[in-house]
Amino acid sequence: MSLSPDLISAATDAALVAIASAADLEELKQVKIEHIGDRSELAKANQSLGKMDPTARAEFGKVIGMARGKVNAAFAARELELAAERDARILEEERVDVTLPGRRTQKGGLHPLTILTNEISDLFVGLGYSVAEGPELESEWLNFDALNMPADHPARTMQDTFFVEPLTAKLVMRTHTSPVQVRTMLSEEPPIYVICPGRTYRADELDATHTPVFGQVEGLVIDRGITMADLKGTLDHFAQAMFGLDVKTRLRPSFFPFTEPSAEVDFFFQGRWMEWGGCGMVNPKVLQACGIDTTQFSGFAFGMGLERTLMVRHGISDMHDIVEGDVRFTRHYGTGQI
Amino acid sequence: MKIPLSWLREFTAIPLDISVAEIEDAFVRVGFEVESIDVLGGDIQGPLVVAQVLSIEELTEHKKPIRYVGLDCGEGQTRFVICGARNFSVGDRVVAALPGAILPGDFAISARETYGRISDGMICSARELRISDDHTGIIILPADAAIGADATQLLEVNDVVVDLSILADRGYALSARGLAREVASSLGLPYTDPVHLVDSSKYEINNAGVQVSIDDKSAASVIYMRTISNFDLTAQTPLWMSRRIEKCGMRSISLAVDITNYVMLELGQPLHAFDRDKVSGSLHIRRANDDTFLTTLDGQKRQLDPDDLVVADEAGPLALAGTMGGESSEVTSSTTSIALEAARFDPISIARNSRRHKLSSEASRRLERAVDPSLAELASARAVDLFIQLGGASHIGSAKDGEPRYAPIISFDPHYVSTLLGTEISAATVAEKLLVIGCDLDQSNPDSWKVDPPSWRSDLVHPADLVEEVGRLVGYDKITPRLPIGKKGARLTQAQSRKRNLGLMLANVGFTEVMNSPFVSPEINDLLGFEGDRAKAFRIANPMSEDFPLLRTHLLPGLLIALQRNLGRGAKDPALFEIGTIFRNTTQLAVAEEVPTSSRPTDAQLAQIYQGVPQQPIHIGAVVAGNTQLDGWWGKGRAFDWSDAISMAVRLVEETGNTPRVIASNLAPWHTGRCAEILVGDVVVGHAGELHPRVVTALNLPARSCAFVVVLSAIPFHEVNRAVPVWTMPAAIQDISLIVDHDVPAADVEAALIAGAGELLESIQLFDRYDQLGDGKVSLAYSLTFRAPDRTLTAAEVSEFRTSAAASALEKCGAVVRV
Repeated sequence: MSLSPDLISAATDAALVAIASAADLEELKQVKIEHIGDRSELAKANQSLGKMDPTARAEFGKVIGMARGKVNAAFAARELELAAERDARILEEERVDVTLPGRRTQKGGLHPLTILTNEISDLFVGLGYSVAEGPELESEWLNFDALNMPADHPARTMQDTFFVEPLTAKLVMRTHTSPVQVRTMLSEEPPIYVICPGRTYRADELDATHTPVFGQVEGLVIDRGITMADLKGTLDHFAQAMFGLDVKTRLRPSFFPFTEPSAEVDFFFQGRWMEWGGCGMVNPKVLQACGIDTTQFSGFAFGMGLERTLMVRHGISDMHDIVEGDVRFTRHYGTGQI
Repeated sequence: MKIPLSWLREFTAIPLDISVAEIEDAFVRVGFEVESIDVLGGDIQGPLVVAQVLSIEELTEHKKPIRYVGLDCGEGQTRFVICGARNFSVGDRVVAALPGAILPGDFAISARETYGRISDGMICSARELRISDDHTGIIILPADAAIGADATQLLEVNDVVVDLSILADRGYALSARGLAREVASSLGLPYTDPVHLVDSSKYEINNAGVQVSIDDKSAASVIYMRTISNFDLTAQTPLWMSRRIEKCGMRSISLAVDITNYVMLELGQPLHAFDRDKVSGSLHIRRANDDTFLTTLDGQKRQLDPDDLVVADEAGPLALAGTMGGESSEVTSSTTSIALEAARFDPISIARNSRRHKLSSEASRRLERAVDPSLAELASARAVDLFIQLGGASHIGSAKDGEPRYAPIISFDPHYVSTLLGTEISAATVAEKLLVIGCDLDQSNPDSWKVDPPSWRSDLVHPADLVEEVGRLVGYDKITPRLPIGKKGARLTQAQSRKRNLGLMLANVGFTEVMNSPFVSPEINDLLGFEGDRAKAFRIANPMSEDFPLLRTHLLPGLLIALQRNLGRGAKDPALFEIGTIFRNTTQLAVAEEVPTSSRPTDAQLAQIYQGVPQQPIHIGAVVAGNTQLDGWWGKGRAFDWSDAISMAVRLVEETGNTPRVIASNLAPWHTGRCAEILVGDVVVGHAGELHPRVVTALNLPARSCAFVVVLSAIPFHEVNRAVPVWTMPAAIQDISLIVDHDVPAADVEAALIAGAGELLESIQLFDRYDQLGDGKVSLAYSLTFRAPDRTLTAAEVSEFRTSAAASALEKCGAVVRV
């Protein structure tokens, strides 16, 4: 085969046309074999350079080199183009309906009373309180006697309190979390700052607003110089954390055997005063029964119902929803802040 | 306690234009919860007049008998009205609403034709005027009511009735006397104590009437027995008295009974009237002892407890003291001689009487809250005044036993008020408030006053009680809030954090938390096959329902019932968990001894109290019915099975930083072949697996429902979790396939491999299990990942580890490497 510039030019043109007309990467692969591969015209021309005399070799070499460079560049560009076309086609083919419901496992949730208890515990831990806990089946002495509720106190009747057999063991289902306060005072030296959330029991029929098994949170502070002003400040802080910064509170004189003075704490929420819980300065008789020096220390205590707090804040109208364990009720709250 | 303001105004000048909101605030501020405030008569407009019945024409042609009544309304001419009631006769005085009047319910009265006659007004019943529920007939007024007079005034129709809930320590407030004092001090008004108007000295103590003695000195401090005779049987209760009694929510019965009730409502002292002719000999306050029965006024024959406090004559008990009178000595319409009892009974004895007989009366409610000891003398005298004045009776004589006992004088540092309330309150203010509530003060020592509480305040014993009195009258709103900061370094305990984390973990993987009642039935315990400790349930002596008398010994009864309830309501694939206390009656409970409260118990007493309370571990329980991966448009989901249950329980324990191990178990209510026991060391910390098919069927649960329980309280704690180094050299992986007998636990094989593989084993995974080999053999294929901290492991090294692991598996489990 004799080399000529025309021949090279024709081969180059043929290669460029073939590259341009390759419809897909498969055709382009054939084009490469035919026009760029070892058996292509241009490759063969290049191979024949070796047999030429040096002068012609330099001249032809330059021509062939330029021709091959042009073809390779065209090939690379076409290859990119076709690859992009192919990718676009595949992506389009793989299009899905992303609005289909996602594949998932069951949704769970914490009981809102748990979330509320955690919220309250965290609030008070942040104020320097410990969270104290105690048994639900409790000694009568810790649940009543130590709290200035002697044997004939009306709350100690079968109408109000669940007693456990044998009666001689004097065990009751605790009627409040106050025995936890007593246990704390008996086991720790003041200053004492504790919050006592927990389950409590009273012989009330289950209805829309009552349940025989309910949650309570109580607070107890025993320190030097503790006054009713400290109680008010703590309750205000607590109420604002629960019901928002613009909630108002008031203390209404009341009576509890374990506090003196005693008060009911009400809060003004959504346009009306509502009872929240009881509170007061710890009765010196209770401090005495726990061996706390009343000349050095004073204290306050308060207690609220968790269900009531939850119901008011979240507009729950029926206690049954809280106690029945229907997954629809609880899942609504998820696991986080409520 | 219901009280009309008109009555309180007799003792303190409450402004006539006071609003309902101001009344409520006045009571609430000083500690009296207002149940309701009822404005009476606001919906009545006159003319409403006193009329006399002149003529009655019976109209019989209608379905029911009707009367056409001629009335003298003081207008100079007879007015005729139609009336359906029949409880009146010619000459009676009645209440007539004349045309133009508007009665409650927007009922306008006009002249109209009815029953073929013109009715020119209406004769009213008490209910039509809404002054009581009495609709047995029309109101018959006393014969001295002035014809033509305004009946709204006569009937005290316009009034405000306040219903208050009275706290347990404020018995004195169950009276007009006490409430008037409270509202006066709240509004800053002068107050007249009604007992100051009573002169008891005119009723001589002598032997002429029924005599009385307090046989049991612990039962009462003082008693008065006043005897009257010649009581006029025709005397009627005056309107002002019956109206007040009715406004207080009681019924007017007869003059004798009404007087005792009226004085009780006025002063707070319950009185009891005995028919003197039915009393034999003198009266005694004593325990029932051997007497067994008493028929009380409500007609009930009551079995007496030997400890019941009774009033007895020589023949036996006549009344359940301070609680309810007896039928045999009841005052009747023929009683002309009366023995009137007023006593300051021991509150606890009365509370016991009332509780034992489930009998809460107006008398017992007051007496169990402690009544003013001075009232036995004064209230009984007040009642005799009324018997004489209204019933024409004469006083025969009075008897008395005991003396009133008053609360002791309190030493009181007035500065204590500021110290406890946290706001500065001057000694002058302290003195003012204590005087208002009726204390006598000796302020000669400015740091230690002598405070003598009033007779009606037996609740004032300690200095703190006085602080409360000053505080409530000054107003707690005067205290400026201050937020105290507690102790440094406060945080949740390890146990509290752990409980919270594990609950959160379960919620995040699809479990919904429930909080079940711990009261369960014996049937569910039996159904679940509980034995041993789990069959030892505490029994509630007074359960809410006899069907659920036991305390749960395990979380599964409650969880399974909640699961059933959810399935019944159409829930799909419910997964529930609970974190809660369980109760097992596994220790011998000693008889609790009395421990005083006057000072801290001794260490021995405390130990006895604490040991008397059984341990109550906290469990985490869960039940699942259905899928863990849900069905959907993508196809079928995957059921939550025994393996998921075990792995969740294991995960919970791992989450606490412990390394659990699993062994086969057989514990009810799980499937006997699909129940795992989970241990940390040798401590059992849980059970997991598929529920027994019998239980699943009995509870109508979906087949293959699963459950797990972890004993949270049993999982050990560790010191601070130290960091584990993360090695970054390349890992080398070796697979090994073993053949073992089918009854060799995979956990044992894995443990053997780990033991033999050496320290550089990073992880091990069972990636295949094949049980179709025959011969009772199964094949287990493990992937072992090795890594060294400092170098790339060579093939020779890793191969050696693998060989060593295989040798260990052969030795311990008879496992043969599959070729």
